[in-house]
Amino acid sequence: MPIYDTRLRRDKAYLGLCYVAVAIGLGWLAIILATLLFEGVRGISPAVFTQMTPPPGSEGGLLNAIAGSLIMTALGVALGTPLGMLAGTYMAEYGRHSKLTIVVRFINDILLSAPSIVIGLFVYEVLVVRMGHFSALAGAASLAVIVVPVIVRTTEDMLLLVPDPLREAASALGLPRAIVIGKVAYRAARAGLVTGVLLAIARISGETAPLLFTALNNQFFSTNLNAPMASLPAVIFQFALSPYKEWQQLAWTGALLITSAVLVLSVAARVLQTERRVK
Amino acid sequence: MANNLAIDNVGQESAEARLAKALVGFKLRDNAFRLLTLAAAWTVLILLGGVIASLIVGSLPAIRAFGLDFLTTEAWNPVTEKFGAMAPVYGTIVTSLIAMAIAVPVGLGIAIFLTELCPYALRRPIGIAIELLAGIPSIIYGIWGLFVLAPFLQEHVQPGLISTFANVPVLSRLFAGPPYGIGVLTAGVILAIMVLPIVSAISRDVFETVPAVLKEAAHGVGCTTWEVVRSVVIPYTRVGLIGGVMLGLGRALGETMAVTFVIGNAHKISPSLLSPGTTISATIANEFTEAVGDLYTSALIELGLILFVITFFILAISRYMLMRLHQREGR
Repeated sequence: MPIYDTRLRRDKAYLGLCYVAVAIGLGWLAIILATLLFEGVRGISPAVFTQMTPPPGSEGGLLNAIAGSLIMTALGVALGTPLGMLAGTYMAEYGRHSKLTIVVRFINDILLSAPSIVIGLFVYEVLVVRMGHFSALAGAASLAVIVVPVIVRTTEDMLLLVPDPLREAASALGLPRAIVIGKVAYRAARAGLVTGVLLAIARISGETAPLLFTALNNQFFSTNLNAPMASLPAVIFQFALSPYKEWQQLAWTGALLITSAVLVLSVAARVLQTERRVK
Repeated sequence: MANNLAIDNVGQESAEARLAKALVGFKLRDNAFRLLTLAAAWTVLILLGGVIASLIVGSLPAIRAFGLDFLTTEAWNPVTEKFGAMAPVYGTIVTSLIAMAIAVPVGLGIAIFLTELCPYALRRPIGIAIELLAGIPSIIYGIWGLFVLAPFLQEHVQPGLISTFANVPVLSRLFAGPPYGIGVLTAGVILAIMVLPIVSAISRDVFETVPAVLKEAAHGVGCTTWEVVRSVVIPYTRVGLIGGVMLGLGRALGETMAVTFVIGNAHKISPSLLSPGTTISATIANEFTEAVGDLYTSALIELGLILFVITFFILAISRYMLMRLHQREGR
């Protein structure tokens, strides 16, 4: 029966290609992580966490960049989260069937995948040009603009998962809508909301493009929000493209730090989500 | 006695008054919260409007100076202040096309594996591993591409490509010149790795919407697994698949750091995929802080505007298609 043979052979060939595709995907992940570990661990030392970024050709650390990244990420999340949560609350609670919600959802999804470099240009035009200089504040603002769509999306999704009978029971007790949302809906969706914040932090902690022309960079330790500030991604960008061995090594170490942070955050977010699902 | 009664009355009244006051307070706070959320929802719209408006305002000097010629000029000369977007736009499109040509087949293969072939216990771990690839920041892909992928391609792949296709008419133009390592092809490959998780995650999600009955029916009449995928699963999910691919394309077009590291930043259009080029986002990232003069800055912002308009339409189409799939599912 040659026709069956051809069909079987074709089946085997195409499905074999699927296995190859998976091998490529997983293999790539393994290679990238392995290189990162290999190159990054070599440079890990106490100096990385205690010393400033060095001038070309000398030893140093990444302290100012790590501090800058932490400050701007924290500020970006602190600015973006309330706005995103309120907007998501409107979409899931008050305006579930309104036209505004449909439009905002559509626009939000576009902002979610919009090129981050364009966000940087936007903040440059609005803040940096007005203020007349680069600043950590502008950097944090550009990160906040990236945080908002992530939080809006998860808040809406998670609130929509809260069963309506919970809200109806609370309303039947005579509670005003705001309290129903604050004390019932938010609490029921808490794990999901935290997941959203974790994902947002993961998303912005490696974000480079918008920081390049908002926070710029700074060779020294600074906590002044009104002045340029170093950040890990910006330092990696500068150091990796330089011809100096010490700088390149620091870039690898910084890359390892960022990747571990991002992976830990994403895994934590996933664990939280699964726990909720099991309950 | 009378005195006491009066006091009681007053007490009662004040209790009622307090209750009324509390209710008014509730109502006020309730309304305030509702308006606050409404304002936040509008702010998201205003953000997008603000992005577009600020880009247009910022690029006005360049638009006035160059008009439509901006799109058709290849020259990019900060000294004579002659700027044209053709080279970056060309680079953006070519690198994205290379990325999609690699990522779409591989991504679909992974999705088919995860939904049709994978043992149940492995499904979640492998799915999560692929999604982790999507979470790695683009600068990590950039540094990896610069130090690992580019030298590898330069030493082991590009010389082979050049000598293999040296006598083939069209391909010899595509793979010409010395193997630099960095260049358009390398940027496309890095982009492919970045887009791959997006394409495979979305294809897996849309494949899972196919009703089991349809697949079982096809298996029942004797179809092989591949035939079920080709004739049932893919046609059923076509709209969603196109949406997922467009979403990946949107990402590839706007991706900055990974490309900036490996593209070589050369403002010229070269027929060879091995030669250095540039993309819109790489040009902005490399030159923006060093741009001297209003016209230079403005030309870079206009590049950003072009990029935003292109990705906006691609993403809008993609979301529209994914939305249509979900609506059909709801019915």
